[in-house]
Amino acid sequence: MAIEKFKYDNQLTKCFAYATLVWGLTAMLIGLTAAFEILWPQVDLGLEWLTFGRLRPLHTNAAIFAFVGNGIFTAIYYSTPRLLKTPMWSPKLGKINFWGWQLVIVLAAITLPLGITTSKEYAELEWPIDILITIVWVVFGLNLIMTMVHRRTKHIYVAIWFYIATFVTVAVLHLGNSMELPVSFFKSYSLYAGASDALVQWWYGHNAVAFFLTTPMLGLMYYFVPKVSNRPIYSYKLSIIHFWSLIFLYIWAGPHHLLYQALPDWAQALGVTFSVALIAPSWGGMINGLLTLRGAWDKVKEDPILKLFVVGVTAYGMSTFEGPMLSLKTVNAISHFTDWTIAHVHVGTLGWNGMLIFGMLYWLVPRIFNTKLYSVSLANIHFWLATLGLLFFVIPLYFAGFTQALMWKEFTADGYLQYPNFLDTYLNIRPMHMWRALGGTLYLTGAIIAVINIVKTVKSGTFVRFEEDEAEVEVAHNAEDKGWLGHRTLEGKPLAFTFWVLIVIIIGGLVEFIPQFIQVSNKIETEEGYAIQKPYTPLELAGRDIYISEGCYNCHSQMIRPFRSEVERYGDYSKPGEYIYDHPFQWGSRRTGPDLFREGEKGGKQNRPNAWHYEHLMNPRKTNVQSIMPAYPWMATKDIDMDIIPAKIRAMQTLGVPYPDGYDKIAVEKLKAQAKVIGDDLRASGIKVDDNKQIIALIAYLQRLGSDRSGTNDVDKYISLK
Amino acid sequence: MSVIYMTISISLLLALGFLVAFIWSVRTGQFEDDYSPSVRMLYDNKDEPQSTDTVMEQEDNDK
Ligand code: HEC
Repeated sequence: MAIEKFKYDNQLTKCFAYATLVWGLTAMLIGLTAAFEILWPQVDLGLEWLTFGRLRPLHTNAAIFAFVGNGIFTAIYYSTPRLLKTPMWSPKLGKINFWGWQLVIVLAAITLPLGITTSKEYAELEWPIDILITIVWVVFGLNLIMTMVHRRTKHIYVAIWFYIATFVTVAVLHLGNSMELPVSFFKSYSLYAGASDALVQWWYGHNAVAFFLTTPMLGLMYYFVPKVSNRPIYSYKLSIIHFWSLIFLYIWAGPHHLLYQALPDWAQALGVTFSVALIAPSWGGMINGLLTLRGAWDKVKEDPILKLFVVGVTAYGMSTFEGPMLSLKTVNAISHFTDWTIAHVHVGTLGWNGMLIFGMLYWLVPRIFNTKLYSVSLANIHFWLATLGLLFFVIPLYFAGFTQALMWKEFTADGYLQYPNFLDTYLNIRPMHMWRALGGTLYLTGAIIAVINIVKTVKSGTFVRFEEDEAEVEVAHNAEDKGWLGHRTLEGKPLAFTFWVLIVIIIGGLVEFIPQFIQVSNKIETEEGYAIQKPYTPLELAGRDIYISEGCYNCHSQMIRPFRSEVERYGDYSKPGEYIYDHPFQWGSRRTGPDLFREGEKGGKQNRPNAWHYEHLMNPRKTNVQSIMPAYPWMATKDIDMDIIPAKIRAMQTLGVPYPDGYDKIAVEKLKAQAKVIGDDLRASGIKVDDNKQIIALIAYLQRLGSDRSGTNDVDKYISLK
Repeated sequence: MSVIYMTISISLLLALGFLVAFIWSVRTGQFEDDYSPSVRMLYDNKDEPQSTDTVMEQEDNDK
C-alpha cells in the first residue's frame, strides 16, 4: 500500500507538560501545608479557606486531576499519534481538552477553599463543574477514538488499549457517582443516601484509583519505558493478557473500602475476592515493566530517567501487593481509618505516578525542544530526593497507622479502654507525622529541582512544533465505510448491532429502576426491636451542610464498626437504617479525630453539653490544650443562610425524605424555634451569641447525631406541621 | 442498599463492553502477531534507534 507523509503537532504535548509541572508543585505544596497543619493547626493562620478540612480535598484533587491528570494527557497526546501513525484527529478538540481541563482545575482551586463541595472524596466538585468535566472528558475521548479510527497502522499497540479503557470507565464512573440534585448554583444533594451513597462513592473512588491513576499510567509505562531504554517490552503477550484481566477484575473491588461497615456481607466478600485476585494482573504489569530492562541494568545505573522508572514501577508493585492485603478483613480491621491508608496511597502517587511522570518529562521535553537535558546530575539529585522523600514519608506512617490502631483497640486487664482519651493515641504518633512532613519536604524539594532543570532545558533549545513522519497505510478508510461505529456497517454486523441495542436497553432499564434502588428502610435494629430514624430538622440540616462545607469528614468518621473497642469508645455500632436521610453520607475514611456518629446520644459515651461544643468549636485548644483540630471562630459571626432552607426541604422531599406536604413553608419558623432553645441554653451558661449564627446550627446537628436509636431527642415537634 | 444492584448492572454493562471489545480485537487480528508490535513502536522517523541492527542484536543476545 501507499506510503504517506504526515506531521505530528507537539503543541499540546508542550502545554500539558507545562501544566503538569505547575500543578504538580501546587498539589505538593498544598499537601505539605496540610501535613504541617496536622502538626500545628495554627498554620492555617486562622483563615477559614486554609483550614485542614478545606485544604485536604484541594490537595487530593490537585494531585489526582491536576498533576497526574495533566501528566497522562501529556503522555497520551505525545504517544497516541506516534503509535497510530497519524496526527491527533482534531487539534481543535485537543485545545478544548487542554483549556477545559485547566478551567476545571482553576474552578476547583476557587470553590474548594470557599467550602463549596459535595464532600464525596475525589468527587468534591459541585454540579456545574461536574458537567464541565463531563464535556471535557467526552471531547478528549472523542478525539482519542477518532484518532484510532483514522490510524494508519493495522495493529493497535497495548498502550492505546489502556488509554481507551481509561476514557470509557472514568466516564461511566463520573456519571454514576455525580448523580446529584441541585438546590442552588453552588449546592446539590447526592441522589443516593447513606449506605447506598457510600457504596456508589467507593465504587467510584476505588475505580478512580484504578482507571485514572493506574491504567493510563500503565499505558505511559508501555510507551516510555521501551522508548527510553530502547528495548522492546519484555513480553507483549503478557501485556495483552494482563490488560484484559486487569480491567475485568478492577471494577468489582470497590466494596473493600467498606469492610465491617453497614454493607451486606456478600458484597464485602465480593470486594475482597476480586481485590485479592487483582494481585495477578497488577504484578503482570510490574514484572513486564521491570523485565523490559533486563540486560540493560548498566544503563539504569547511569540514566536518572530509568532510575525513576525502576523505582516507580517497583512502587506500583508494592502498592498493588499492599492493596489486596489491606482488603483482607483481618488486616483491614486494623488498617482502616488509620495512617496506613495514607501511606498506601502515597506509595502510589509519589512513587508510581510521580516518578513515572517526571521520568517521562525528562525524556520528552528535550526531545520536543531539540536539545539535551540541561543537567543529568540535577536529575540524579532529584531522583535521590524523591526516593528518600518517599521512604521518609511512608515508613513512619506505616508505623503510625499500626500503633494508633493498636492503641484504639487496647483494653486494660479490667476490661476498660487503655487509652480512653482519643487525643492520647494521636499524641503518641505525632513524631511520625513530623517525619512525614520531612519526607514531603524532601520530595517537594526534588520536584522544584526538576522544574528548574526542565525550565533550563527549555531555554537551551527551540521548540519543534511539527515533526514529520511517514508510514504505510495498513487500514483502509474511505468515506463510505465509517468503521465499526459507523451506521452503514452497523447493519451488516450483528455483533455490533446487538451490543448497541443492549446498551440502550440497559440504560433504559436503569433509568426506570434507579428510584427503586434508592428506596431504603428507616428501621434501626435495637436490642428491644427497632427504632425509627427521622428526618433532620431544618436547623440540623443547615448544620449538616456546614459540617459538609467545612470538610469535617476529612478528620472525623461517622461509622462505628461492630468491634468491642469501638462500641466501648463511641457507643452502639452503626446500623444502615440510621443513615437513610444522609444525602450525602459522611462516613469518612480517616480518623484524625474521634468518630462522631453517636455524638448526640444523650447519656451516651461521648455526649457533651451545648456550651462545651461552643467553646470547642471556637477554640479546641481551650477544651484540650494539645488538640489539633482547627478553630472555627467565624461560625459565631456568620449567619445561617435562611433563604435557601425551603428549597433544601423541597429537594429533600424530591429525594424521598418524608417531610409532610407544605412543610417547606414553615421550615424557617421551625428552624428559629429550635435555634432559640439552643441559644437560650448557651446564654444561660454565660455565652453571648445570637440565634441565627452558624455555630448554633452545627451544634444542633452534632447533638442530633446517632440519637434516634435511643429516642433521646425532641425532634418530633420540629419536623411536624404543628 | 439495593443500589448495589445498580452498581452491579453498570459494572456488568462495562464488563460486557470490554468483552465485546475483546472479541472484536481478536477477530480483527489484533493479537495475531504478539511480538513485532513491541519492536515496531521503537521506530519513529526521527527518534532513535539510529539503526535497526542494534535492537535486533540485543534481541539475539537475549535469546
Ligand atoms: C484536623 C482535623 C480535624 C478537623 C478538620 C475537625 N476536627 Fe474535630 N476533632 C479533631 C481532633 C483531633 C479531636 C480530638 C481532640 C479535641 O477534642 O479537640 C476532635 C474532636 C472533636 C469533637 C469532640 C468529640 C468528643 O466528643 O470527644 C467534636 C464534636 C468535633 N471534633 C467536631 C468537629 C467539627 C464539627 C468539625 C468541622 C467543623 C471538626 N471537628 C473538624 C480533629 C479535627
